[in-house]
Amino acid sequence: MTLRLTNIAKTFPDGTRALLPTELTVKTGEIVSLLGPSGCGKTTLLRIIAGLETPDFGSTIWFDNDDVTSLSVERRKVGMVFQSYALFPNMSVRANIGYGLKMQKLSKSEINARVTEVLEMCQLDEFSKRGVDALSGGQRQRVALARAIAPRPRLLLLDEPLSALDASMREALRDELAVLLRKFQITAIFVTHDQDEAMAIADRVAVMSNGRVVQSGTPEELYRNPNSSFVAGFVGNAMHLEGKSAGKLLTLEGGTQHLLSEGSGQNVYVRAEDVRIDEAGSLCGEVETVTFMGTHYRVGIKGIMPNVLTSIFSGQSAPNVGGKVRVSIKPQALMLLPEGEAQA
Amino acid sequence: MLNSRTKLIQLTVTLTACAFLLVPMILSVMAGVTANYFQGISSGLTLKWVFRVWELYADSIFLSLWLAIACLISTLIIGLPAAYGLARHPGWLSRILEEFISLPLAVPGLALALALLQLYGSMKGFRISWTFILVGHVLYTLPFMVRSILAVLASMDLKTLEEGAASLGASPWQRFRDIVVPNAMPGILAGSLTVVTLSIGEFNLTWMLHTPYLKTLPVGLADSYASMRLEVASAYTLVFFVLIVPLLMAMQWASARAQRIAQ
Repeated sequence: MTLRLTNIAKTFPDGTRALLPTELTVKTGEIVSLLGPSGCGKTTLLRIIAGLETPDFGSTIWFDNDDVTSLSVERRKVGMVFQSYALFPNMSVRANIGYGLKMQKLSKSEINARVTEVLEMCQLDEFSKRGVDALSGGQRQRVALARAIAPRPRLLLLDEPLSALDASMREALRDELAVLLRKFQITAIFVTHDQDEAMAIADRVAVMSNGRVVQSGTPEELYRNPNSSFVAGFVGNAMHLEGKSAGKLLTLEGGTQHLLSEGSGQNVYVRAEDVRIDEAGSLCGEVETVTFMGTHYRVGIKGIMPNVLTSIFSGQSAPNVGGKVRVSIKPQALMLLPEGEAQA
Repeated sequence: MLNSRTKLIQLTVTLTACAFLLVPMILSVMAGVTANYFQGISSGLTLKWVFRVWELYADSIFLSLWLAIACLISTLIIGLPAAYGLARHPGWLSRILEEFISLPLAVPGLALALALLQLYGSMKGFRISWTFILVGHVLYTLPFMVRSILAVLASMDLKTLEEGAASLGASPWQRFRDIVVPNAMPGILAGSLTVVTLSIGEFNLTWMLHTPYLKTLPVGLADSYASMRLEVASAYTLVFFVLIVPLLMAMQWASARAQRIAQ
């Protein structure tokens, strides 16, 4: 199903503008992530799509060719996975998953068959008779997903589905979720504030800030060609090289850096993996911190710009703290973005 | 040594307190099954007085049971939606409403009864009907029902649970039936037992509202104490215990369970 949102806005009764007029189209089978810091309006947008929140007058929501704007949540046929999962404590796993089917007034045998199918798909067979209180966080998340998917919704919506889990489990379940969502072959939108989660799961990421979608594209596009300082900072933690630029030269505290194009009026961003510790480098600074990360070191260098510049160092022995290092950055790796919104 | 002495003191105090509570009860119950109280137990044991109580006051017992059931149904019909509404829309208005419903807890039953008499006393048909006492009982027991359900509902994320059910296609009524009521059940049970127990045992308010033809169990008790021989009055106490103690125990059990869930 194709989802089309036109002119979606939300103003709360107290006058707060949670969402500025927003357009968004999600193609059939596409998995889209709404990514942004808390308070950017991503959950509001999701709840508007679900029908749990009413958008301002003039907003329209299209499921294929049906205008569902005025349809209540129970008639929209969306599957929703809540942050807290909202599993019904008075029902077993089976009854939770079968509830949506019961509401569709399917026959008992049909409900049973469908529930069994979904249980298998989500590898929940062995827990089917349990109460939901007797499940681990990861199992609950799968039950919530199974419950949302069982009635074959037109659209699956997930609100921070991984944030209630322990950090240690989150990564494994993130990959599992990505696999499951593709197995269901369903149009899905999920909200997250975690860029790794968004990149790992989504086909396309819509980055939101202050009630607006600031950029939308594949994870690679966002990472390589951010259109604003905000996106550069939020996706992939790009660092702002603070200095004075004149022509194609950027003057920093610790030396000068060549740019590929005219730099005045632009902010220059660089990612840690493009900052190389190199004896022939044009920038010079002092090592402030060295953190061993297993496959590499994260080296914090001061004296090049007012803030600490982080470099990913993959050699065997890291430079010593307090020692002087020279750093080089390839001009191609720099991102020149118009001055404007501050970094997140 | 010190330890065992402390324990001895604790035991003595506990047993003394128990005796203080139990001995009058046992004496009273014993009096109810003694053939002649003034001759003592040597006159023999009998159930004669219990049967006499049944002859004289069966109506009171049935009226009390009937009132308790009617009161339970009324408080459920009013209290469940009220508690649901308060839980679903928390805010200052709900706080005020909750306090308002709870007001009869603080106002003495006599004052409540007087107010009812002043307002409805002139409506003859209503004044002499059992429903008049029912109104008093409902007023008095409603806060227990509402608070008990509210405590359980407030302990869960009702809004999200309902949104979950709604996203699966459940209408507001189906949500109430399938999600709200089953999950509130421990609170409903605890509240129900409290209401029934209170309604059966209520004297203050009922004494003011009753008519000679409408004596509830406790009002009958007072009546028997005032006008019957001591054995009958004591047998009445026995009957009262038999009715109220199991209810009391069930209430304890249910509210302990509701509290565990609310935590």
